[in-house]
Amino acid sequence: MSDHGPAKGITRWLYTTNHKDIGTMYLIFSLIMFFIGGSMALVIRSELMSPGLQFVHPEFFNQMTTMHALIMVFGAVMPAFVGLANWMIPLMIGAPDMALPRMNNWSFWILPVAFGILLSTLFMDGGAPASGWTMYPPLVLQTGDAFPFLIFSVHLMGISSIMGAINIIVTILNMRAPDMWLLKMPMFVWTWLITAYLLIAVMPVLAGAVTMLLTDQFFGTSFFLAAGGGDPVMFQHIFWFFGHPEVYIMILPAFGIVSEIIPTFSRKPLFGHDSMVYAASCIAFLSFIVWAHHMFTVGMPLTGQLFFMFATMLIAVPTGVKIFNWVATMWRGSMTFETPMLFSLAFVFLFTIGGFSGVMLAMVPADIQYHDSYFVVAHFHYVLVPGSIFGLFAGAYYWLPKWTGHMYNETAGKLHFWTSTIFVNMTFFPMHFLGLAGMPRRIPDYSTQFANFNEIASIGAIGFGVSQLIFVYVLLTSKKGAKATDRVWDEPKGLEWTVPSPAPYHTFETPPVKRVAEEAFE
Amino acid sequence: MKSENASLTARLVLFAAGMFVFGFVVLPPLYDVFCEVTGFGGRTNTTAQTAVEAPDLTREIRIEFVTTVNNYAPWQFAPAVDSMTVNPGKMYFATFTATNLSDESRTGQAVPSVAPVSATAHFKKIECFCFDSQEFSAQEQRSLPLQFIVDPDLPDYVDTITLSYTYFESNYVTRR
Repeated sequence: MSDHGPAKGITRWLYTTNHKDIGTMYLIFSLIMFFIGGSMALVIRSELMSPGLQFVHPEFFNQMTTMHALIMVFGAVMPAFVGLANWMIPLMIGAPDMALPRMNNWSFWILPVAFGILLSTLFMDGGAPASGWTMYPPLVLQTGDAFPFLIFSVHLMGISSIMGAINIIVTILNMRAPDMWLLKMPMFVWTWLITAYLLIAVMPVLAGAVTMLLTDQFFGTSFFLAAGGGDPVMFQHIFWFFGHPEVYIMILPAFGIVSEIIPTFSRKPLFGHDSMVYAASCIAFLSFIVWAHHMFTVGMPLTGQLFFMFATMLIAVPTGVKIFNWVATMWRGSMTFETPMLFSLAFVFLFTIGGFSGVMLAMVPADIQYHDSYFVVAHFHYVLVPGSIFGLFAGAYYWLPKWTGHMYNETAGKLHFWTSTIFVNMTFFPMHFLGLAGMPRRIPDYSTQFANFNEIASIGAIGFGVSQLIFVYVLLTSKKGAKATDRVWDEPKGLEWTVPSPAPYHTFETPPVKRVAEEAFE
Repeated sequence: MKSENASLTARLVLFAAGMFVFGFVVLPPLYDVFCEVTGFGGRTNTTAQTAVEAPDLTREIRIEFVTTVNNYAPWQFAPAVDSMTVNPGKMYFATFTATNLSDESRTGQAVPSVAPVSATAHFKKIECFCFDSQEFSAQEQRSLPLQFIVDPDLPDYVDTITLSYTYFESNYVTRR
């Protein structure tokens, strides 16, 4: 049936509506952004290697912290998950392509423009945005020429994610193979369905908030200006109403990925599939009613503090359900430790550490001490780096043979895993101690008492950065390994393993028949 | 299939647009009303209020004054006393001093905020310089009066009220 292949040359990529091509572009784009954001992190860590100012001006340091966050959140983690969704969701549900292929092309090609604009602010008068990625007024209103470009790039990122999310929802709800009813869907598809709903619910709210910043700056409104009757605290409420669901947008698809991988390498079905679905939905619902735990120190009535504290702690319950289900899946399984499994195991273990420090931060009296300290930095890097990023690596190694048709270099993969895991802990674990001892975040200098832990963290960061080059090596040599079989691993479940390796340009042009679908899940 | 996709897409686009309207149009006035009703965010009266005087001499409340000048503008702005002890239901006067440090005439206005939240509705300003803006000639210094009553209905767990003023250049204020 594949009587026509992809077009030749650059137009293939510019005009493509093929979910595999678009998925590949998303993944490559996010890898490039991962390295750009990562080099900014290395500027930060080099500056913090020892007390005093050595390499950069404080203004530039602040630009680096802001840009590092914006690029990693919107440029690396989110597009990488969308890339995996594009590649895998049609294969996992037996659909020929995404439901809205032309919009799919748009939602990708907006991204390079958005990040071109954002990165160009580094060369503007007044430099790049330096107010932190949270863009709190009135500080953010002091941004130089970069300000309107920051707002427009956030608008574009939002439009891209909303279009991507709508596409994913329509694909999942309308294009599943016959007899794949909702609760039979693979976990990755489920978590992405929930994530996509979160995206269309909160990205427009962020767009509204930054639009208000824009009108405050240029059109004489006072949404956030106290002098004109506005309230800067309102921005924080609106921002975190977006921001808290956003952090689950960045972790739920990773939950889905490890829920695919752990059963394969434990050779057991996923324990409690349906409870996993309910837990993820529960987390998504709770994410909308906990936003003010980011703002305990800005002033709030006691009832408000208690409500947000208990609601936040409640999230540990469905998250705990997921952790225990993964552990129960492994229990008495016939486990092997290929690279995707290693990354998934590290995910379960290290994400839990990040979850625990999250529960500590949820407690109001403790949070008042931890707020804006390196403890917070340690917490969210533990959930984002060995959480989201390790989930992405696990997924990339797991599905890479299906994409290329060859096994990747397992030795290099394992080396990538071990160096990443050692260095990620070396970087972020000491930050817990720094935070508890009182080191504030987003400041380029510090008291000499913090010197030793900072030095360890900086060496770890450089090691982590260099380790990621091994991943590039694995990708560059990914077509040199042995031919992959269609099923690639030892009897993995799911429709994606019923198509040949590498997956042909067009798959499931006719929906899989019931028998194939059932075998894939037996 | 095609029309099913189109109608679901249309509904999802509508939902996203609705969320934008919710964030941009509905939330700010809603937040305003919420603050007015609860006193959240330190909202306090910016026009004159009246209060019945029925002094409760058995209770003493500490009032603290905090002043800030916005954006390092060339003003000096300070209370005559940092704090005072008052009885609820009794009228008190306080003075603040503002100085224009520049060599040109400027207009400024103070924006008040009261903490804790449970006290905001009970701190009543009868007369306050913060109700209007003040014009100062070059290097002029002036005292600014405040007249207030603490409502005897103040919850009994509140023993300290902080009144904070931020002094703004009036070009900020008139932007409203």
